[in-house]
Amino acid sequence: MALRQAAIYGKGGIGKSTTTQNLVAALAELGQKVMIVGCDPKADSTRLILHSKAQNTIMQMAADAGSVEDLELEDVLKVGYGDIACVESGGPEPGVGCAGRGVITAINFLEEEGAYEEDLDFVFYDVLGDVVCGGFAMPIRENKAQEIYIVCSGEMMAMYAANNISKGIVKYANSGGVRLAGLICNSRNTDREDELIEALAAKLGTQMIHFVPRDNVVQRAEIRRMTCIEYDPTAKQSDEYRMLAKKIIDNTMFVIPEPLTMDELEDLLMEFGVMDEEDESIIGQTADAEEGAAASA
Amino acid sequence: MSDMTREETQGLIEEVLEVYPEKAQKIRAKHLTVNDHEIEQSKKCIKSNRKSVPGAMTIRGCAYAGSKGVVWGPIKDMIHISHGPVGCGQYSRAGRRNYYVGTTGINTYGTMNFTSDFQEKDIVFGGDKKLAKLLEEVETLFPLNKGTTIQSECPIGLIGDDIEAVAKKHSADTDKTVVPVRCEGFRGVSQSLGHHIANDAVRDWALDKRDDDDTWEATDYDVAILGDYNIGGDAWASRILLEEMGLRVVAQWSGDGSISEMELTPKVKLNLLHCYRSMNYISRHMEEKYGIPWMEYNFFGPTKIEESLRKIAEFFDDKIKEGAERVIEKYKAEYQAVIDKYRPRLEGKKVMLYVGGLRPRHVIGAYEDLGMEVVGTGYEFAHNDDYDRTIKEMGNATLIYDDVTGYEFEEFVKKVKPDLIGSGIKEKYIFQKMGIPFRQMHSWDYSGPYHGYDGFAIFARDMDMTLNNPCWDNLTPPWQKDEGSEAMAAE
Repeated sequence: MALRQAAIYGKGGIGKSTTTQNLVAALAELGQKVMIVGCDPKADSTRLILHSKAQNTIMQMAADAGSVEDLELEDVLKVGYGDIACVESGGPEPGVGCAGRGVITAINFLEEEGAYEEDLDFVFYDVLGDVVCGGFAMPIRENKAQEIYIVCSGEMMAMYAANNISKGIVKYANSGGVRLAGLICNSRNTDREDELIEALAAKLGTQMIHFVPRDNVVQRAEIRRMTCIEYDPTAKQSDEYRMLAKKIIDNTMFVIPEPLTMDELEDLLMEFGVMDEEDESIIGQTADAEEGAAASA
Repeated sequence: MSDMTREETQGLIEEVLEVYPEKAQKIRAKHLTVNDHEIEQSKKCIKSNRKSVPGAMTIRGCAYAGSKGVVWGPIKDMIHISHGPVGCGQYSRAGRRNYYVGTTGINTYGTMNFTSDFQEKDIVFGGDKKLAKLLEEVETLFPLNKGTTIQSECPIGLIGDDIEAVAKKHSADTDKTVVPVRCEGFRGVSQSLGHHIANDAVRDWALDKRDDDDTWEATDYDVAILGDYNIGGDAWASRILLEEMGLRVVAQWSGDGSISEMELTPKVKLNLLHCYRSMNYISRHMEEKYGIPWMEYNFFGPTKIEESLRKIAEFFDDKIKEGAERVIEKYKAEYQAVIDKYRPRLEGKKVMLYVGGLRPRHVIGAYEDLGMEVVGTGYEFAHNDDYDRTIKEMGNATLIYDDVTGYEFEEFVKKVKPDLIGSGIKEKYIFQKMGIPFRQMHSWDYSGPYHGYDGFAIFARDMDMTLNNPCWDNLTPPWQKDEGSEAMAAE
């Protein structure tokens, strides 16, 4: 099977890293050879696979060694549960330097060192929540990830983010082969969440590839720095991730998304009661003015 | 008066513009004009200080060049760090010929390159720590330095390093002046913004250090030279004249200058501004804050020198006025001899100029003293106020070009057929290969000084030896010259 490269995007804190690692663990269980490339300075994309706090990152080791040319692939590539290969790009502390450049450097390094030439079935890029600059779009540029999964939930901001990420995909889809492969709903237990995400997916022209319910076993596993699959293979939640994994293996629905306008998105949110109808009369009114108006009425 | 009429010059501009696509044509048309003494404000005839047209070769530099290369670089007893990747500092090292006195590497550092030599990891993790370490190492290796400036290259602005915080801390630790300069190359349209940024950095981080210090004994005759970069010793040749007329030159900005001179400048009586473009900002600031008047002067060629000396003397008492006359008288025989010798060899020759921000107008008088005429001139990075001043200096119907492109300049030269071109290194070999005598007017072609009476003698000699060099007669090989010579060669 040819190597498939997938990138996981989504709003910060939505559960991208947890979902990715559980998904990857399920894929490994199914006999797939997988690599995770963490593209987030926080470097927490591989801890559940490696049972470690945070893996040594390419950029940190490059800084320690002098330059990235001084590194060897085996220095940065760690193997964890299910023979999953793990690398973290790493980057600076918040507020200094250029994290985006770190992602670019790290991915170039992996390419030059032949990290992709091994007998891999899947590479997953776990990317920082907000695509703030070109560096974080690196995984979806030419010859990298061809399919993108967006992790989202029924919360308003998560859906805004999903729509924005779709806009970014359109840009790169037109110049390369990258396609939106589906939304992964990581449930927050909001009302009619599955219907809402399905409706959003339909409008974007894609699918909700799987609805991952909320289950505390994931947190219990995380405390032990493990995936749910490894911690409790018999848990119902583990089957959910296995199902997601199977759907991804069989997935053939790769589309150029049609992002919604702000108005369309807000209409959708109002339809599902996530957002209230807008009351034009209160816009720009201070509390004082409102009180005055109420008193005179 | 140029031998081209108004209509002919205008026609030439239109002909040259024709090859451009419509949009470029529209933009470039605003930067080319025929000089007209009737027009009082240049904004009515020429646009300047605008972004260059992509694809048309411009001769401009960047903001870093304006700050590190021009304003700050020559301050000799400070260490100027080119903060960022190594190239900017290395390729601009020692190129500008700002002469200075001192022992390089011991108490002066003018021709050295200090750089933080950014690597990939410095971009990703930020360069502040490296900068702090570099500043410490500088203290250890060059303890006699009087301060440091941090000249930002492009990446510093992109990754948002806090060089101000590093500068403040190092300044507190060492009790020396440390100046962070935000002169990232991508800022502005040319080196001009770099001059402005550098001037502002002088104002904010260096100029007021001795405001509360009265221990320095001022005199009534204290002046500062601003905007003279001592190319080939220009400022020295200027300083002699000022001192001979009885003034005390307290500071040179910034050729052969020092940080202590800079700090004393707010105590002078008059600021003398040579390069208006690069230092008018700090002159205006000192006028506002310290009430120091400033005046522009021109030390190229005896006519302008004489005018300037008298204008400077107007600010002072009779002693200085007499001094000015004495100086003019003293050098009269000397410069007259220069004119007598060279004018007959140069009389009537036409010159085209294209330089930076001052010389396109300031050297016109010197050429005229030698009987030559400037028939076309233009600036890389001038603003409207520079062109206001240029209109008066140039003859009617002459050609004026702003941010000229390589193509335009060549075409103008082909049609105007000047006897001499004065421009920079990038233009030199193109025009020499076209068979036209050429002088570099940024670096004085490794000669100089050209300022003052001493400089005028060198200027006249240089123009003569370039223009009347026998090599120009040998550009056509003998077998192509005429039938007669061919027959001779066959014999």
